[in-house]
Amino acid sequence: MQAARLPRQNDTMSALVRLLDVSKRYADTLALRPTDLSVERGRTTVLIGPSGCGKSTLLRLIIGLVEPDSGSIEFDGAPIGPDNIDSVRRRIGYVIQEGGLFPHLTGRNNATLMARYLGRENEETKQRLSELCELTRLSESLLDRYPLELSGGQRQRVSLMRALMLSPELLLLDEPLGALDPLVRASLQKDLKEIFAELKQTALLVTHDLAEASYLGDEIVLMNEGRIVQQGSIADLREKPAEPFVSEFINAQRGITSL
Amino acid sequence: MNRITKAGKQGRFESRTHESRNCRGSRVGRAADTHATTVDLLFFWFRDSFLVSWVPDFLLIFSCIPAFVINSSSAADVVIGSKKFTESYVLGEIAKRTLTDAGISAEHRQGMGGTIILWEALRGGQIDAYPEYTGTIATEILKSDSSVSLDQIQDSLKKVGIDTTAPLGFNNTYALVMRRSEAQRLGIRTISDLRKYPELRIGLTHEFLDRQDGWQPLRERYALPQQNVTGIDHALGYSALTNGSIDVKDAYSTDAKIEENDLVVLGDDLQFFPKYEAVFLFRSSTRPDAIAALGRLKGTLNETSMIRLNAEAERTKNYTRAADLYFNAGVALAPRTSERSGPSRFGDSFPGKLARWTLRHLQLAGFSLLLSIIVGIPLGIVASRGGAVGQIILGFAGVVQTIPSLALLALLVPLPFFGISVRTAIAALFLYGLLPIVRNTATGLQDIPRTLRESAVALGLSPMARLWKIYLPIASRSILSGIKTSAVINIGTATLAALIGAGGLGEPIISGLNLNDHVTILEGAIPAAVLALLVQWCFDLLDRVLIPKGLRL
Repeated sequence: MQAARLPRQNDTMSALVRLLDVSKRYADTLALRPTDLSVERGRTTVLIGPSGCGKSTLLRLIIGLVEPDSGSIEFDGAPIGPDNIDSVRRRIGYVIQEGGLFPHLTGRNNATLMARYLGRENEETKQRLSELCELTRLSESLLDRYPLELSGGQRQRVSLMRALMLSPELLLLDEPLGALDPLVRASLQKDLKEIFAELKQTALLVTHDLAEASYLGDEIVLMNEGRIVQQGSIADLREKPAEPFVSEFINAQRGITSL
Repeated sequence: MNRITKAGKQGRFESRTHESRNCRGSRVGRAADTHATTVDLLFFWFRDSFLVSWVPDFLLIFSCIPAFVINSSSAADVVIGSKKFTESYVLGEIAKRTLTDAGISAEHRQGMGGTIILWEALRGGQIDAYPEYTGTIATEILKSDSSVSLDQIQDSLKKVGIDTTAPLGFNNTYALVMRRSEAQRLGIRTISDLRKYPELRIGLTHEFLDRQDGWQPLRERYALPQQNVTGIDHALGYSALTNGSIDVKDAYSTDAKIEENDLVVLGDDLQFFPKYEAVFLFRSSTRPDAIAALGRLKGTLNETSMIRLNAEAERTKNYTRAADLYFNAGVALAPRTSERSGPSRFGDSFPGKLARWTLRHLQLAGFSLLLSIIVGIPLGIVASRGGAVGQIILGFAGVVQTIPSLALLALLVPLPFFGISVRTAIAALFLYGLLPIVRNTATGLQDIPRTLRESAVALGLSPMARLWKIYLPIASRSILSGIKTSAVINIGTATLAALIGAGGLGEPIISGLNLNDHVTILEGAIPAAVLALLVQWCFDLLDRVLIPKGLRL
């Protein structure tokens, strides 16, 4: 089975995550129709689409917060199942809109929680933390504060540090900048782009903001009503819309930004 | 419910109707001296408890409390038991002194419980003798008619290796009493005389009103015309009688209150009331010199002298001294010297008593709280996951909470393992303290935002690590507030433990209720209230230590 996968991994478009015919239904709504998707190494893939289009569900399927009703998800060539999900999770960083920082732990302890849990060496962790502070442009002194003592932007930076702590192969970001004011948001977008570039980070980011998607994404995946409508660069989407919805979505966003 | 309330006010707590008759004689004396016995029970209970097997720390905590690890067996040749009321205590002390004077080492286990408990202890050999009444032996133990003779009783008992002494001389049966002045003014000396005065107001205990051999047959036998008959608590009834609210009430013929309140017992001229003559029950295998010594008590106590001894015992709460009166014909001796029979190692001064009550109170509330925490938090964790099991857990804890605390005690008493003991008190307090902890643990965990739960899962923490490192700390405020509620409830509810002889600050409260003495009630009520406030305050301090700082911003 491994052998069969190997050639595909060595493709020029080598995929870190591969969804094959994955679908998910919540009660009476079909959140994700049977879908195929590849997340390629070293690139930033952006999932975009209106609310409820299934983009967050797709992310949550990969990190194992929900299980697919059909199909399979492969991580680094191996199907994800109950027996390997925790080890897969430790190779993935996950950042959500509200940060998801634990309020009872300081920023430092939030960031180093997993390293300490896995018994990583203290010095190594310390050094990594300093690197990450530099990378995320967060003053190290702020790490001794509790989440409630940090601003929204600072919280997201700590959250990013926590996600990057174990040098994950994949970074999942679910509307990470959605709750921030425009100025903080712009500065974080810029920082994120630099971080992804510097780390050659494979990232899968969910947003509903087309400008953010086109700024950060190497590959844009537009979704609607539980399915992928079109996948490609922003130019592809703008110039060669696969269906009327693509133009509709792009024009709606443009309308807002041109105000 | 009626029964329970009444039993509570009368300072005894027996759930079986057939037990109630055993509390003959003055029912006022509280179990001040039950320390050693109850401590033993508690010790064995904890030692044998299933909990200990999975909570080794329990033993450690346990061993830190010296009061709980004393007196677990007896070295005396003869062990005397007594029931949970003043007269039985006094008779037990008299027996002990009699044996000691005859050169036989004797121990008196005071206030062990009701008839069934004493009878089983006697048959099982835990005790060698205890004071009992012929009527009780006939109806409760032999389940026969109360009219059987002492010879018939002895014949039946010998089959199971038990014997009785000859009657001690007094008959402690039901009686009707009146104010002496009123009785003299109207010329009433017997129950038959009441027929001439239909306007007299009669106040009877609920038990006497309800009994098969109580008011109804009595009224029929004597053809009593009185219409104004009301049910009233035993202790309050004496107040009502002395202040003239009622004219006649029921009593026991050796009740100390008869002397205290200057009452007269009306003669039972138609022999309606059965005989309840006091004797000692003993094991036939008891050493002969001990049997002989107890036999010498025959006919040495009449109603008047027993009333006097009961009154002395209740006045001083010193049963040994009351017993000494029997031997010294009215001369009160210096304080007793026996180290075992003293009410406590703190002595009898108020600060000493207060310290003893408070310590016991804290032990009761503390142990039950510890159990509630140890059981409640895991249950709360399971309940937080919802589903049928969660519903059942929360439902059970909720139902327990809706049972009045007094009723919960009453429900536990008849169960085989419990009975009248400290373990029952702790079990009731434990059950009572469970809901706040279970519920707060469950809601505390359920209230954790989904994003935080998912973050913990997404990090790849194992389920146990999520619980210990993330969920429980975040829910700590809610859990601690549940524990605090539980602790305060326990401090309050633990006052009821005195009803089943478990001691604590309820002791003076219940004595006070029985004696209708407000000062005594306050001696328990004020410290209990202060204790509750202190506990609340301590937990507020504890919050600052145990709740992570990040949650207190």
